[in-house]
Amino acid sequence: MSVLEAAKAVASLAGAIDCDVHPPSPRRDDLLPYLDEYWSEISISREVDVLELMSFPERTKPYMRPDWKSTGDPLEAMQKNLLDPLDLRHAILNVVSGAHAIFDPYLSAAICRATNDWLADKWLDRDPRLRASMLVPFQNAEAAVEEIERRADDKRFVQVLTVVGGELPAGRRIYWPIYEAAARHGLPLGIHAGGTYRNAPSHSGFHSFLIEDHIAHTQGFATQMASLIAEGVFVKFPELKVVAIESGVTWVPPLMWRMTKDWRGSRIEVPWIKEQPADIIRKHLRVTTQPMDIPDEPDEMEKALAHLLSDEMLLFSTDYPHWHFEGLEALPAGFPEALLEKVLRTNALSTYPRLGG
Amino acid sequence: MEAPVIERPQQADQQLGVVDCDVHPAFSTPTELANYLPARWKAHVRDYAARSGNPLLGTLPYPRISPGNGMRRDSWPPNGGPPASDLDFLREQLLEECNIEFGILQPLAAGSMAFNQELGAALCTAINDWQIDKWAEPEPRLRASICIPQEDVKASIAEIESRIGDNRFVQIAMPPRTLEPAGRKRYWPIYEVAQHYDLPIGLHTGAFGYRPNTPAGWSSFYIEEHFAASNSLQTVMASMIMEGAFEAFPKLKIVLVEGGFSWVPSLGWRMDREWKRMRDEVPHVKRLPSEYMRENFWYTTQPIEEPEHNRHLYDILRWIGADRLMFSTDYPHWDFDDPRYAFKVPLEPAEKSAIFRDNAISLFKLS
Amino acid sequence: MSAQTNPAGRGRQKGRHVVARVDEIADGASKLVHVEGRAIALFNVKGEFFAIANRCPHEGADLCKGKIVALIESDEPGVVRLSRHGELVRCPWHGWEFDIRTGKSWCDPTRTRVKSYDVAVESGARLVEGPYEAEVYKVAVEDRYVVIEV
Repeated sequence: MSVLEAAKAVASLAGAIDCDVHPPSPRRDDLLPYLDEYWSEISISREVDVLELMSFPERTKPYMRPDWKSTGDPLEAMQKNLLDPLDLRHAILNVVSGAHAIFDPYLSAAICRATNDWLADKWLDRDPRLRASMLVPFQNAEAAVEEIERRADDKRFVQVLTVVGGELPAGRRIYWPIYEAAARHGLPLGIHAGGTYRNAPSHSGFHSFLIEDHIAHTQGFATQMASLIAEGVFVKFPELKVVAIESGVTWVPPLMWRMTKDWRGSRIEVPWIKEQPADIIRKHLRVTTQPMDIPDEPDEMEKALAHLLSDEMLLFSTDYPHWHFEGLEALPAGFPEALLEKVLRTNALSTYPRLGG
Repeated sequence: MEAPVIERPQQADQQLGVVDCDVHPAFSTPTELANYLPARWKAHVRDYAARSGNPLLGTLPYPRISPGNGMRRDSWPPNGGPPASDLDFLREQLLEECNIEFGILQPLAAGSMAFNQELGAALCTAINDWQIDKWAEPEPRLRASICIPQEDVKASIAEIESRIGDNRFVQIAMPPRTLEPAGRKRYWPIYEVAQHYDLPIGLHTGAFGYRPNTPAGWSSFYIEEHFAASNSLQTVMASMIMEGAFEAFPKLKIVLVEGGFSWVPSLGWRMDREWKRMRDEVPHVKRLPSEYMRENFWYTTQPIEEPEHNRHLYDILRWIGADRLMFSTDYPHWDFDDPRYAFKVPLEPAEKSAIFRDNAISLFKLS
Repeated sequence: MSAQTNPAGRGRQKGRHVVARVDEIADGASKLVHVEGRAIALFNVKGEFFAIANRCPHEGADLCKGKIVALIESDEPGVVRLSRHGELVRCPWHGWEFDIRTGKSWCDPTRTRVKSYDVAVESGARLVEGPYEAEVYKVAVEDRYVVIEV
């Protein structure tokens, strides 16, 4: 891309809503101010400190673009690297940390609560553009519902977050109270790349390489969406939206086609599915744009996106500070201009009703 | 927006015969295979069964939508026995009716997934004998797959070596849900032998395995499982590429069976994107992953993909390459594809010929 | 029996064809019949006869070999109700459900259907008086017959 084209591309992003940015995962020192005496003692004496997911290792190369690295205040870095130069209207903070993988149902609840407190205090209070997903302990559905109710009045929390490699398929009944509370408060369910290693990431176990873990995420997104549909979550909670975050995008049409095809014969197994799965997906699923698994060539890119048969599914994201693009070229070169307004703003505003304030 | 339409078939009748790359022959009785086992294993199976990762002995964990564990309702032979257990009826209903010039057997050997690996090796040998005896010997249109107990590499190589003189075996069959990802070096001696003899390896999606069928645990319903099965083929592909198997064995040929193919382009774009930013994690992967896909992988067409707009299938064909696809019926399963009607869009004659016969004739050296 | 031939069904006039004796098809059963080159699946649903094109529009399977079933519905995951027993047929291959009365697919009624034919039951006495085509049947005056209009 020429300098002029790059500048134009950046300018066109002004006022966009970035649906996936990452603060560094909080460490114990960040969370201590928000932990009560008991949990402070637990986290100090039992060395609960660095909560980085093995499947989403922030310390590794792909997770930090070199020119975005800083030792100073990470919020100031985010403002300088991203929020200001792109002139973003909003950015949604997603903490993809070990909080999602803790086994102890009470510790997980405490860490989620403290993380949300830290997000509000150290991020949301300091920059009015910022919004956040709230962490809730999927390990403990009752505590998760309590956390949702606790946070519901703070409209800067716009989503409930989980990771794609969870303990059980997302559609399972055990999670329904979480979805009930989330839907009631206008909170989409954000499913983010990353896993808890409760289950092996593949049919054949664990991979040798991190690159394979990444590649396999799309299998998780597709099967999680299939679970939500098959279990009837959207029948129970027709207002619930799901956002697949950092997923790759083009895994969606194959799922639409195959699940619709199979439904025509398998309907008797899941008769509460009354419309074709492709329509359910279009109605309830949104996907963030970075990273995008798509051809470079603009005509082919457009053809691939056309398979979705919807203009309303894509949500702009940078996935800051992960290394997906150079400079500020946050959308692939040649991204269809006709989709820009929806992708940059409109789709996010209708997906996240709490964004409007 | 254009309203999707399910169109009537556009294909003219095939003049030349079709190659069916996925036929599932069946036992006439539950003990038929045992008759091919040595006495020691015959007694073992009688007394201790052949046990595998299927949590249920008998019924499938995700019951299919039709009787016989998911068979076409019209495929029961009039003379008795389960679907695809009667050669004469298979000739009539598949080979003749669908103009099949060559059918490649995929027995879905329980031996490959048996917990008892010695038993597994014996079962594979038995099923390979059975394929010739009952099917490929009396019916020259049928070709066999060398079923191997892949977790026991030595036994697998011995089995391959013992069959190599019989050119009715046209490929090696291995399940994709291996104990470790298929690209791992422990399986490389098998790949070395396969390349040496220029035998493709056909990996057919399986109904059960050692690990959950999704990264978030086990699905509840068959509608989920049916989709998830093709993910095991994605793992085979990604693992073999990222472990460098195709640098070690550049002529190795891999056939991914019964996983459909609509996911192939997306996976290729994803692997390429990740490799560009993470290639120093895997320095032994010297080329773009999609290059290996274009050289070392083939895909059978069943279950045929059915985009909402039929013509979107053309994009998929173009992105994969018509030279990579090989038609299959999956007879006698319920999700069977009839070669006359599977494709809902007309194909160019050259593409049609490639997909319905030429690619397979060339890959499996059938003529 | 006298067969007054319409111009082989290729003209504008519809022909009425005797295709079966009523007692040949039990309640809940089906029969494949051929009328003017068309394969038609004939069903007896609680004493009423319905006829739909035999070939499934998906990949051409024989609907007459499908399972005749009830309608299974649900508004709530895990809670199921059955109705319209014997009024649907599931394709023997991919299991698509078709309403025997109308030929419409349950999952996609507006776009996916098989042709549905008018069916009547006539007495042999009436049939002998014509005008009816009987491709196969010798009609006996005392019996009752299924007649399809094509």
